[in-house]
Amino acid sequence: MTGAGLCKRLLTMAIVLLGVSLLTYGLVFVTPGDPARTILTQQMGGQAPSQDAVDQFRAENGLDDPFIVQYARWMGNALQGDLGQSYYSDRSVSDMIVQRLPNTIGLAVASMLVALVIALPAGIASASNPGSRIDYAAQIGSLIGVSMPNFWLGYLLIIVCALRLNLLPVAGAAGPKYLVLPSLTLGSGMAAVIARLVRTAMLDVLDDAYIQAARSKGLRERILVYKHALRNALVPVVTIIGLQLSYVLNGAVVIEVVFQRPGLGTLLVDAIFARDYPVVQGVTLLIGVIFVLVNFAVDLTYSRLDPRIDLGGEHT
Amino acid sequence: MSDRTADRRKQQEATKQPRGTDGLATDRLGQFGIGVVLTLLVLAALGPVVSPYDPVEQDLSNRLESPSLSHPFGTDQLGRDVLTRLLHGARFSLGIAVAVTTVRLIMGTAVGLLAGYAGGWIDETLMRLVDTLLAFPGIVLALVIAGILGPSLVNVMLALSVVGWASYARLVRSNVLSLREREFVSAARLLGRSRTHIATRHLLPNVVAPVVVLATLDIGSVILGTAGLSFLGLGAQPPTPEWGTMLASGRSYLRQAWWLVNAPGLCIMLTVLGFNLLGDSLRDMLSPTQTAQMEEL
Repeated sequence: MTGAGLCKRLLTMAIVLLGVSLLTYGLVFVTPGDPARTILTQQMGGQAPSQDAVDQFRAENGLDDPFIVQYARWMGNALQGDLGQSYYSDRSVSDMIVQRLPNTIGLAVASMLVALVIALPAGIASASNPGSRIDYAAQIGSLIGVSMPNFWLGYLLIIVCALRLNLLPVAGAAGPKYLVLPSLTLGSGMAAVIARLVRTAMLDVLDDAYIQAARSKGLRERILVYKHALRNALVPVVTIIGLQLSYVLNGAVVIEVVFQRPGLGTLLVDAIFARDYPVVQGVTLLIGVIFVLVNFAVDLTYSRLDPRIDLGGEHT
Repeated sequence: MSDRTADRRKQQEATKQPRGTDGLATDRLGQFGIGVVLTLLVLAALGPVVSPYDPVEQDLSNRLESPSLSHPFGTDQLGRDVLTRLLHGARFSLGIAVAVTTVRLIMGTAVGLLAGYAGGWIDETLMRLVDTLLAFPGIVLALVIAGILGPSLVNVMLALSVVGWASYARLVRSNVLSLREREFVSAARLLGRSRTHIATRHLLPNVVAPVVVLATLDIGSVILGTAGLSFLGLGAQPPTPEWGTMLASGRSYLRQAWWLVNAPGLCIMLTVLGFNLLGDSLRDMLSPTQTAQMEEL
């Protein structure tokens, strides 16, 4: 990638990050309800605060400032790792996030592993025998996987593995055992998408001239597939794995609720129902930022793996 | 190995369609998709009329009955017939999915047309907005918006519409960018047609096909999104017979009444599958350029 291309990409990313933070802050800002009143009511143990107290609190905490000033203050603090204070607990938002984050990362990594373990063999088997029974089975499997609501799959697994067979625990996050069912649920959904793409990418590569050449010189099919084709087919797959992060984060919210795992997803959902807006803002901002950064990293990796790709071009 | 040549040919044919159900008989899957969607429409229209049960009224003497002849999908924790509730739920799911997708389509097409044809700072601003929306995992943003608006089906529809139009805008814009250099557009310009005339009479008709395909493929994800948000408790509230809500209230009875989560789950899956297959086969009818533009999304 050229230096100019990288600069342009960085600039776009900065603008998008700015947009992400404005949207996150703005959404809550326009919400009806007075944070000063909420916080004071909480502090006074449920009693309605006097108007004077509310006015004083607003003035002291800069809640009367214009939007842009409040946003800048929030953003300035966020950049230093301070995402504010939860309305309903005496802990800081960053604290709560740091405590929950490892569980979500664990779920994401484990699901991704499950997805790859299913999708790579399935995709490769499909592509090396197109039109075979294995191919059809894999394709129908991924059609079903894509259409299946992941929370339903979660309950199916709970019913079969936990309630009927008593193999695994249902809910919680007390150890690696608790990770099995959630990551199977999330991972198999992802596998459906990845397997399709591995198949397409492999078919594309297997059709290339250099593979034809290798085949006509009598190279064994197995070596051909694994040594020559797979490496090149993995280039687009890397992108997809990055883009699947969206699926992981979307899925984590729902799956953590299904399996009652304390993670970012359950933190967000609980905060939304409790109307604990600083937590909502903090988690949303973090998810948005992670997502943007990972996409950027994927773009970089992609252009590293395939030098023909220049990031400078507008994606029109 | 005489199969080898046949295999190669199959591979070559397969690689022409870069995504989706290539290799499988797409038209047969497409027909299956149309079949599922039509069946669903008929069931949603007739089912609630035919069923002898009420979807909401409680019948506590018949709580949690297993599937039987009189209740093919059993009864729920309040003694209501699950099949009847599912049939009513089909109306919700289909209605919401079509409504949300239509709003997404209209908003996205309008923004895409404007951005692609106006160019300059308008294009730049709108596209950064699109980037920002696409920078969030869809359900997370919809969850936050729906949560702020308060739990209700209408708010879920609003939230899903607001977060979902960006990919339509991107698709329409990239189509418009390539269309506006074509002769028929230059000709219209030379004839002194107004910009609005060119945009609506010459550009719009040419982006309809890919947009409709995208919409068909999108319906499935709208159904999943609605069900997901309802499952989390933000959408339809009990006793509304919405599939996601039904699944959520069934989770307290996993041991005693496995059908309570599985029946709505199966309905959601079949519906989404039907629309996905339909969308896949519609996409195969697009021209290669249009397909390539869809790939970029």
